[in-house]
Amino acid sequence: MTNIKKRLNSERRFKFYGQLGVFLSLLFVTLLMLKIFTTGSGAFFRTTIEADVFFDPAIMKVDKNSSDKEIERASFEALADSVVNNNFKNLSEDEFIKVREMFTRRFDYQLRDYFLNNKNDFNKTVKMNITASSDLDQIVKGNYPRNVPESQRKINDYQLAILDDLTQQDRIGSTFNFWFFTNGDSRDPETAGIWGAIMGSFYALMVCLAFAFPIGLFASVYLEEYTKPGKITDLIEVNINNLAAVPSIVFGLLGLGMLIGVFNMPFQVPLVGGLTLGFMTLPTIIIACRSSLRAVPPSIRHGALALGATKTQTTFHHVVPLALPGTLTGTIIGMAQALGETAPLLMVGMVAFVMEIPGGPLDPATGLPSQIYLWSESAERGFIEKTSAGIMLLLLFLIVMNLTAVLIRRKVEVKW
Amino acid sequence: MVYFALLLLFIISYSFYYFGKSRALKIKFTSNQKLASLPDYYGYFLVLVVFLPSLLIWFILLLYKSNFQEIYVMSPSLFPDMAQWSDAKFGLIMNKISNLALIVNIPEADLLKGQTSLLNMSSESELIAARNLASFDNIYDWSIVIVFILLPVILGLSISRFINQKLNVQPIVEKIIINIIRLSSLVAILVTFGIFFSLIFEAIKFFQYVNLFDFFFNTSWNPNRAWVISSGETVDPEILKDAFGWVPLLTGTLLVGSVAMFVAIPLGLASAIYLAEYASTKVRDIAKPIIEILAGIPTVVYGFFAALTLAPMLKNFGDSVGIDISAESALAAGLAMGVMIIPFVSSLSDDVIRSVPNSLRDGSYALGATKSETIKKVILPAALPGIMGSVLLAISRAIGETMIVVMAASLRANLTFNPLEPATTITTQIVTALIGDVEFENPKTLVAFALGLSLFVMTLILNIIAITIVRKYREKYD
Repeated sequence: MTNIKKRLNSERRFKFYGQLGVFLSLLFVTLLMLKIFTTGSGAFFRTTIEADVFFDPAIMKVDKNSSDKEIERASFEALADSVVNNNFKNLSEDEFIKVREMFTRRFDYQLRDYFLNNKNDFNKTVKMNITASSDLDQIVKGNYPRNVPESQRKINDYQLAILDDLTQQDRIGSTFNFWFFTNGDSRDPETAGIWGAIMGSFYALMVCLAFAFPIGLFASVYLEEYTKPGKITDLIEVNINNLAAVPSIVFGLLGLGMLIGVFNMPFQVPLVGGLTLGFMTLPTIIIACRSSLRAVPPSIRHGALALGATKTQTTFHHVVPLALPGTLTGTIIGMAQALGETAPLLMVGMVAFVMEIPGGPLDPATGLPSQIYLWSESAERGFIEKTSAGIMLLLLFLIVMNLTAVLIRRKVEVKW
Repeated sequence: MVYFALLLLFIISYSFYYFGKSRALKIKFTSNQKLASLPDYYGYFLVLVVFLPSLLIWFILLLYKSNFQEIYVMSPSLFPDMAQWSDAKFGLIMNKISNLALIVNIPEADLLKGQTSLLNMSSESELIAARNLASFDNIYDWSIVIVFILLPVILGLSISRFINQKLNVQPIVEKIIINIIRLSSLVAILVTFGIFFSLIFEAIKFFQYVNLFDFFFNTSWNPNRAWVISSGETVDPEILKDAFGWVPLLTGTLLVGSVAMFVAIPLGLASAIYLAEYASTKVRDIAKPIIEILAGIPTVVYGFFAALTLAPMLKNFGDSVGIDISAESALAAGLAMGVMIIPFVSSLSDDVIRSVPNSLRDGSYALGATKSETIKKVILPAALPGIMGSVLLAISRAIGETMIVVMAASLRANLTFNPLEPATTITTQIVTALIGDVEFENPKTLVAFALGLSLFVMTLILNIIAITIVRKYREKYD
């Protein structure tokens, strides 16, 4: 009897271990997502300070009759200083610097952009919400502790007192951070945006697609339809399977050594990054294309051949169109993989500080994952939430791509 | 403009399809004779004739743009002493000229202060070169327009004159298509060769500086020593004797990998067994894709998580119980990597366990064994080769993983087997070697290729073994 009890107990324990394994794995997914979402959600909002802005004719070098070009070239630095002085009376030189630090360094740009759109406010006073500096932003959001000695804080006691004063007057606000979606990278966390990285990744993926999809499709058509099993086909097959398991960093070295070293292509550009990612996704696409070509029943081929079609007609008029949804699914999954890959981008230099939004695959750019890496290496506290927000966007793109693949598989793919 | 021209090329090619087809039909009806091929094929024929040469010439122009640029701009008549310049100086001057080229044609009144001073600092020949460069971009853009528009139109129109009812184009078209797809399948092989040769060539250059024996058996890793070398200089091998020792990197890689496998094998295997043998289809359909999400999350996310959350957590935990855990310990990187690898173990093992034939299970139950006994004594031994294969694939994944270790592991080499201490890995050092200035003539850059080669060979061997095992196993039960 005891023996059976023991066996049943061990049965129960064994099942419990299995459940524990699944549970822990699921727990990790949840924890990871939770952590990213809680740290990242702050980045979508930025703290602002309400201030009266007087577009003073005596200080500004332009007026409302100036052309847009003149205004774009004019300096608004002096006006920004006057705004600080007008809103906070009787500041000593030292205090002035401290108060000025509470605003973003791009203060003058914000004034300029406002003036460009509202030239009629010349010689008038308006209430504007000026973006706060990132350190102040972090204090307001509660990411920086306040109750530590002054020397360990980026915001000193004087600035904290002013902040509390402003909070009481209800002049501290929060707006949706459009800059995060429209700007390129910046040294200041409050003005740094992800759009440049998104465009960089977009161009790289387009190059990757233009390279890997046709070649992958044609290669699998050749392997599935035109060759007979033999030594060479075996060799190509083993080769493709191995290529699929080569670490991505090695593909990065290929991009660096071959494309940049031998073919003298430029550094940092999405063209090279995209080709490198293309080399990497090629085996994934070939494997997916081959299995969907193989799924097309031979009777279709026989039917076409019996009606007098040539081999090429059979393949391109009948087999490939039927296999196309399956190949598309594989390609989208491959592209999603390429989008998340960082190491190859690092190798071909797509990790530099790039402020401009790239306008094509030959402009210097970073990619989405490499931008995340760059921000995560940055010392400023404000970049931590930017990093998490970048990750959220990256995950969103991946989810959309994978869902599209699933939808194509469910709706369009032909089942035999 | 280039993209617009590319779009035009597509439109032109597409319209030549109709042009060829209608021409063939016209011949057919006017001469009242049967055509040698179907009319469609005359269209395809013209498309291929128009499209392929343009694309080919465009690739060549794109690939060698910088070479053409240098030939056009840096003529010896402008810079008589050009032959003696070093590569670095050449690059600097080229850089200056390309900056100048952006502003050289702007009227002086519109220039910013910095731009005017740049103009004043430049010599006359540099200004001429900059003007040449500015005009080169123009010439280059126009040449692409010619290649994309003029060339296809001329080619298409002149070749369409040869179309007559006796010209059998179908075999020609099919031959071109077959050759295109044959070339495409060659690309996959070329990529492998490309990897192999670019790694080998650069690694050979590296081993001209560093003794092969020193690299593989030395235990100290101080690549900083190579920083004193300027490019192309011959160096005393004694300086580099203790600079590039591979051993601490290998142990670091194995250490992080072991921690990862320590997490991934039990969790992955337990999940696989539960999902394959115990779970209802409903649970399975939900849990399996969620676990597989872990493999789809970009590794940079795990790296961020490990560096920002896991490592400080472990350090605080260590401090509270009195153990010294480094902030860059192999443990943090290994744990994050282990979580990432769980699905690699669980998915493949799950497939393998499910492919064990039911007759084996039924036999075991018939003898009175419980479910867990059946799994432990019958199914797992039968599935062992396949599970081994999946574990080997997971190990090769762990060895080649880059971002997690770059972000969470240490940069300093440390010969240790203690996971609480900082350790560095092969992939981390590849990245460190290539961040910053890349000089193809300096061992501090070239070492990345030697490390890459060792990584490639290691993962290749693991993969071949794993794939062979899994394939043999499949043959046994299929």
